[in-house]
Amino acid sequence: MSRRNAFLGYGYLAALLVFLYLPILVMMAMGFNESKSYELPFRFSLIWFEQLSGNETLLRAGRNSVLLALINTIVATVLGTMAALALARHRMRGHVLLQLLLLPPMAVPWLILATAMLIFFYFSGIGRGLHAMLLAHVALSLPYVIIVVGARLQSFGTDLEEASATLGASPGQTFFRVTLPVIAPGIAAAALFAFGISFDQFVTSYFLSPPGVTTLPVEIYASIRKGFTPEINAISTIIIIVSMTLLLMVSRFYRFGGTK
Amino acid sequence: MALDGVSLALADGEFFGLLGPSGSGKTTLLRSIAGFVEPDAGQILIEGEDISRISTHRRDIGMVFQNYALFPHMSVFDNVAFALSVRGIGRGETKTRVSQMLELVQLAGYEQRRPSELSGGQQQRVALARALVSKPRVLLLDEPLGALDKNLRQQMQVELRQIQREVKITTILVTHDQEEALTLSDRIAIFRHGEVRQIGKPEEVYERPRNAFAAEFLGATNFLSGRVAGRRGDASVVVLGDGQQILTFDPLPAEDTPVTLTVRPEKFTLHAHAPDLAGKDEAVNSVAGRIVQPIYMGASITYRILVGEIELTVFYQNRDSQMMQPGDSVWLSWFARHSILLEDV
Repeated sequence: MSRRNAFLGYGYLAALLVFLYLPILVMMAMGFNESKSYELPFRFSLIWFEQLSGNETLLRAGRNSVLLALINTIVATVLGTMAALALARHRMRGHVLLQLLLLPPMAVPWLILATAMLIFFYFSGIGRGLHAMLLAHVALSLPYVIIVVGARLQSFGTDLEEASATLGASPGQTFFRVTLPVIAPGIAAAALFAFGISFDQFVTSYFLSPPGVTTLPVEIYASIRKGFTPEINAISTIIIIVSMTLLLMVSRFYRFGGTK
Repeated sequence: MALDGVSLALADGEFFGLLGPSGSGKTTLLRSIAGFVEPDAGQILIEGEDISRISTHRRDIGMVFQNYALFPHMSVFDNVAFALSVRGIGRGETKTRVSQMLELVQLAGYEQRRPSELSGGQQQRVALARALVSKPRVLLLDEPLGALDKNLRQQMQVELRQIQREVKITTILVTHDQEEALTLSDRIAIFRHGEVRQIGKPEEVYERPRNAFAAEFLGATNFLSGRVAGRRGDASVVVLGDGQQILTFDPLPAEDTPVTLTVRPEKFTLHAHAPDLAGKDEAVNSVAGRIVQPIYMGASITYRILVGEIELTVFYQNRDSQMMQPGDSVWLSWFARHSILLEDV
């Protein structure tokens, strides 16, 4: 690449990063600004973090969100990995149809899915609440988990498992000592997806939250409508730092044992 | 690919090659022995024990895969130790046996490397050590050298054979590379369309192919078609389309039946003049022809020679650095015993 092209390339990359990160950085900065109405000049203060620690509603919504996301991650990752294994390793009837049917839910707008779920949950007696949100989140995350883990399984074929069997490993030993470690990076990525889908989930949670039981996105939305304080910036800052750290950890982990 | 009526018996410690084009059933046979596919009918016996319905991990076999299938998340040591560790063998013994194996394949000192840090040849050796460490009853090799370049492949062929002799393990090799099968195997079976076309020692199958497929699959050959025309002394006579007569010692069918003989390109001797066959100890064939095309190959020259309506391929060892030209008249001679009758074409 010529010097000029390299310069253009870096320039473009820089512009992209500014576009992505500037709003986030401004938002984070305002979490540390003393002014309640985002006034400049910037005066450093931790007052909004202090306020946040006393905001029971926001904290309870945060706890709900984390709890929901964690349970969703476990349930969706386990179920999705099992489904991906079945789809990749066993030829069963309706195999192709099943695989095709995984895609549409990813394309249908969440608003419509959420409406459908609200109506279905209402008539089936499941109702609203954290349990209903969990059902919805698992349903939304499953296709992503199956596709991400499935891609990893596909890239390895059946050779490693066959090799393991010829070496005397029982199907159980093969699964825990070969298949699982080999697809672990895929599972980790899928788990991250599942966590994100649940933690970010606004539409379905909004529809399915009964009065008094909310998640963080729903609560933040409610606060914004009421006229909000930089407490929102403070909690957003915490979320961003936590999720970025998580992502960096996974990307380091992903390099380990991968295909080259 | 289906297998049809294939029946093979291997001697203890034998190196057996399954040779054939892709889709001929050789891989299906190997995978049946490994237990990856279940045969609809038939039996697979190891030391008299029927293993056809036993699952792979209880079959006590070792296998080397075409792409080696090393476990990418394990070190070389852990890869080789895998078969011992799933059998619950203790640390001390595992260490000794893994070291022995790595020494056998000349990879001592590579214990802590990852497969991705090894060259193709080294990965191949790890795969071999991993397959042999549990002292299995049968070693299965699925195109084990297919992914290596030519020089390394030849070197590994020699090593593979040495190691196999050293550990005296009954071995089944699947390959589509005829040279590999000939060099490595005690016996070979040639597959086509799920059937065995010929079984025998490499030199038997090469020197006395029974059918056109076996003859062509194991290197270049020529086909001479004609009709049976009586006997001369111990030999039988075949008349080619252009009236030239050739002799064979193979038992021929009734007079006037169409037959096909095969002669390997290196069995011919080339003459610029009609050879004098009188006083030879054994029956020799001689036919006249015309050079169609010389192909210079360094150590040898390949001539395409037209005899009547039959085009023959002749390998000529390049002793005198002289090349005959298209259109030159030549005579070919060869021993009658090198005219091999094909049972089916």
